[in-house]
Amino acid sequence: MLADIRLVAAKDLRIEWRSRVTLSQVVPFALLVLVLFGFALDANRPVLDAATSGLYWVTVLFVGVMSVQRATAIETTDGARRALLLAGVEPAAVFLGKAVAVALQLLFVEVVLVGGVIVLFDASIESLPLLTATCLVASVGIAAAGTLLGALVAGVRARETVLPILLLPVLAPVLIGATRAFDDALGTVAVDGWAWLGLLAGFGAINTVLGALAYGVLLEET
Amino acid sequence: MSIIRLQAAVALIGRFPALAGIDLEVGEGEVVLVQGPNGAGKSTLLRLCAGLMRLESGEGTVLGHDLATERPSIRRSVGLLGHDTALYDDLTVRENLDFWARASRVDEAAVTPAMERLGVADRLHDVPVALLSAGQRRRVALAAVVVRRPRLWLLDEPHAGLDPSGRDLVDQLVVDAAAAGATVLLSSHEVDRTLELATRRITVAGGTITGDVTDAR
Repeated sequence: MLADIRLVAAKDLRIEWRSRVTLSQVVPFALLVLVLFGFALDANRPVLDAATSGLYWVTVLFVGVMSVQRATAIETTDGARRALLLAGVEPAAVFLGKAVAVALQLLFVEVVLVGGVIVLFDASIESLPLLTATCLVASVGIAAAGTLLGALVAGVRARETVLPILLLPVLAPVLIGATRAFDDALGTVAVDGWAWLGLLAGFGAINTVLGALAYGVLLEET
Repeated sequence: MSIIRLQAAVALIGRFPALAGIDLEVGEGEVVLVQGPNGAGKSTLLRLCAGLMRLESGEGTVLGHDLATERPSIRRSVGLLGHDTALYDDLTVRENLDFWARASRVDEAAVTPAMERLGVADRLHDVPVALLSAGQRRRVALAAVVVRRPRLWLLDEPHAGLDPSGRDLVDQLVVDAAAAGATVLLSSHEVDRTLELATRRITVAGGTITGDVTDAR
């Protein structure tokens, strides 16, 4: 099982490295969104300061949707999903491998975006451990829920538009929890960020278990 | 021993019965040409035999495994060349074949001979699949089947998109597979060419078998 997870994750990351989609398209897109948020709110500095965490995580959710769409397309473009079934790879391993690859890509973009909010929004980090933990746990949740829903819409004709409609509401708990935890980590609002991290961890765990259990059915039926 | 045994097999695509009560028995070492017009159910029959489709009603076994309850075991044992090539555009030919060999738990040492056999070893092994022609992609997909050394080959239009040497290569692969004791089920519109290879010809129309001729040559 572990070998299969590594195999699938390494394959997806190698494809990503070759295509450079994250580096050449997703990262510029994410930074552009931050810049536009900055333009929109810079005239009202206190609002921008208070909204920094929320803007950061809204941007991450957009990136998450793009990453999941890409990860889904890798398997659907030329019938590779069917070939994975024929190869006999455990569906749970396919799910976990793909989720790991998406999570790692998200983490990379999140690191760049932290630099973005520091430079563009003049944010400062009060708690690096909380900030790091939030990024790690939220990435797992986004990747797990996204990979699961990506498989659900894989057989749908207009999946590029259906996926965000389904995924963004599902990720609302991540947006809320990660924003509160970031508020604490950036020192913008006095909340207990570690408590909100618990919500994120629960969301990630539920979606990881659900995905590992349901992915086989989705692989068969879509 | 029956490699494929179907009794009153019904398979649906959506709500449409793509196979509407098929009875078929195929023995070890047979090379069976499945012919019929577009939409007759040829590809569905191959996919059903590959364990990729659910048996809606009826019963059947493939390689001794029950089609209703043991589809994962069937999938692991067959080699299917479908209309899709199941290749990752951004990986090279070699990386694709290595991936599928490892995913299928096949010895990676089998990859190089398969690449050489299909003529994708020298110039093409380090080329991303995205840069290949349709015929070259087809050759790589065939190499992926060869690597698995299946007991049952399911080839859906294997000659499609190939140049004359590629078509000859497919014919030789089928002959060699049968000589090694494997069973081959192939659909093709190139009936004259395929009849040279087949020991049996079945005709599918409207999701049912309308003709079955043994010793098709």
